[in-house]
Amino acid sequence: MSIYHVYDLNRGLNVPKRRTNCRIMGLGAEVQKVLHWIAQSGKIGLCLLWIILHLIIGIWYFAVDIVRAIESYLISSGLFKRYKALDISKVRYLAIVIDSEEARQTSKIIELLRWLAAIGIKSVCLYDPDGVMKKFKEAIMARLGDAKLSEEVTVNDPLLDQKFIALEFVSFLDGKEAVAKAANLLFDKYYLAGDQEKPIFTESIMVEALKAIGCVETEPDLMLVYGPTRCHLGFPAWRIRYTEIVHMGRLKTMKCGSLIKAIHKFTMVRQNYGT
Amino acid sequence: MALESKLKDNSTRMNKLYRFGMGLDMKNNSDGLVSRLFGNLVSSMRKFLFRILSVGPIPNHLAFILDGNRRYAKKWNLQEETGYKCGFWALMPMLKYCYELGVTYVTIYAFSIDNFKRGPKEVQCLMGLMQEKIEGLLEEESIVHQFGVRVHFIGNLKLLPESVKVGAEKVMKATANNNKKVLLICVAYTSTDEIVHAAQESCQRKWDEIREMKPGGGAHSFEISNESQEEEERRFIKLVDLEQCIYMGVAPDPDILFRTAGETRLSNFLLWQTPTCLLYSPGVLFPEIGLRHLVWAVLNFQRAYSYVEKKKKQL
Repeated sequence: MSIYHVYDLNRGLNVPKRRTNCRIMGLGAEVQKVLHWIAQSGKIGLCLLWIILHLIIGIWYFAVDIVRAIESYLISSGLFKRYKALDISKVRYLAIVIDSEEARQTSKIIELLRWLAAIGIKSVCLYDPDGVMKKFKEAIMARLGDAKLSEEVTVNDPLLDQKFIALEFVSFLDGKEAVAKAANLLFDKYYLAGDQEKPIFTESIMVEALKAIGCVETEPDLMLVYGPTRCHLGFPAWRIRYTEIVHMGRLKTMKCGSLIKAIHKFTMVRQNYGT
Repeated sequence: MALESKLKDNSTRMNKLYRFGMGLDMKNNSDGLVSRLFGNLVSSMRKFLFRILSVGPIPNHLAFILDGNRRYAKKWNLQEETGYKCGFWALMPMLKYCYELGVTYVTIYAFSIDNFKRGPKEVQCLMGLMQEKIEGLLEEESIVHQFGVRVHFIGNLKLLPESVKVGAEKVMKATANNNKKVLLICVAYTSTDEIVHAAQESCQRKWDEIREMKPGGGAHSFEISNESQEEEERRFIKLVDLEQCIYMGVAPDPDILFRTAGETRLSNFLLWQTPTCLLYSPGVLFPEIGLRHLVWAVLNFQRAYSYVEKKKKQL
């Protein structure tokens, strides 16, 4: 074979091989594009399904709200006999937890307290994380009329003859920060005070320390949460060990009938305290 | 005899449910082609559902109060011990679903300090069951190995019988290097006990710090003498010290807390850790809990996500 012939032969042999390689690479890129398109479509499909799922839930809650509104109206109008005679003696201490932004609606808070007073509730603890209600406590009590601060109510006042509602105002600082202050008090008392033997802290020692720094120890029987979600928003942990926590929805849509229903449901609860 | 047979049937049925839920029988059941195919189909549908849910935020930490086991036993005329076993068999698939969904931390309230007040026979039975299940966690086919779960036992472990305590420590040691998922089992636990322990621990640590700084100085050298200092600076124990000593400090705060049987109280569980936690109380008894309850809770979490995140930053 002459060199020229080999050259021609080689050129002839190489040209189809280069074309085949290019075709294969082009096909691979196409397949990749298609796979990428499928993946993107898959993601869009999943997003659409997620949105549809949440839309269905939104419609469900809308329907539930309508039913609850009708039920609340019927309860308020006295149509249901079982809600007429509430055993209020079971609700010795009621906590109301309100989201701090909604707590600025003082007129709504006063309306709620008037409903509670009409039902027969004597002691209420009002909590919002930022202490908004604490700041407005004088205004709230002045507008409410028959109200006293819990700390001013003497032990001798018999609860049954009480013609006023006792209010306590609490915020987030009365929770974890108060426990830290109590721990510091115990440190001062048992560790810094001398070379005495350090006791093993018990719950009663902690309760005494919390009392010493001015914390109220009464545990609410029932907590009604007014806000978008059922969270206790940092209510003092020490005081809600066995408290029933009920979500009432937003303060702006509060209803008297729902309040009566929640209290009635609580009176039917039987606790065994872990035993 | 009829009652014994009924109990055995229920026990076998529950055992099958557990194994099905855990996907344990799929490999071994050679003559169950239809059941294997059905199991694979169910598993694929569940994973597809989780992929849809994963478009939105997934909770990082779920907590469970396992309420309703005794009521379940009463409902089906079973012994209380069987009720607790049914609760455990329902728990394992739930853990599997949580980890498959992408939840990293799961906490369960297995035994409260208050539960020691129950009858001695019941407490003994619960301790025996707990020991058996703790040992089971180290088995090859357990969820711990399947998902690379690190196990923590949270609570006042000194109150437990020695055998249970040793078993718990063995599991914690054996899983210490697992780093994909975390399971926190609260035993001999209450929040108030946790807070008291944190207070004592932080006092002891601060005392040790002070003594290291001035050995032999004793308490007298550290009397607070400067009356012009701000009150907070004068405090030796701060909130951050307590947070470091709390039992549950090994995990972030929970995002959703489930309590079954329709009960709406926390019963001294995670009171410190749940200011912005969504509290979910389905009416179902714990042995009857299923995937639908988890999915519903996650969807509600996604609805409330922006509000909860805002509150977490504020508190």
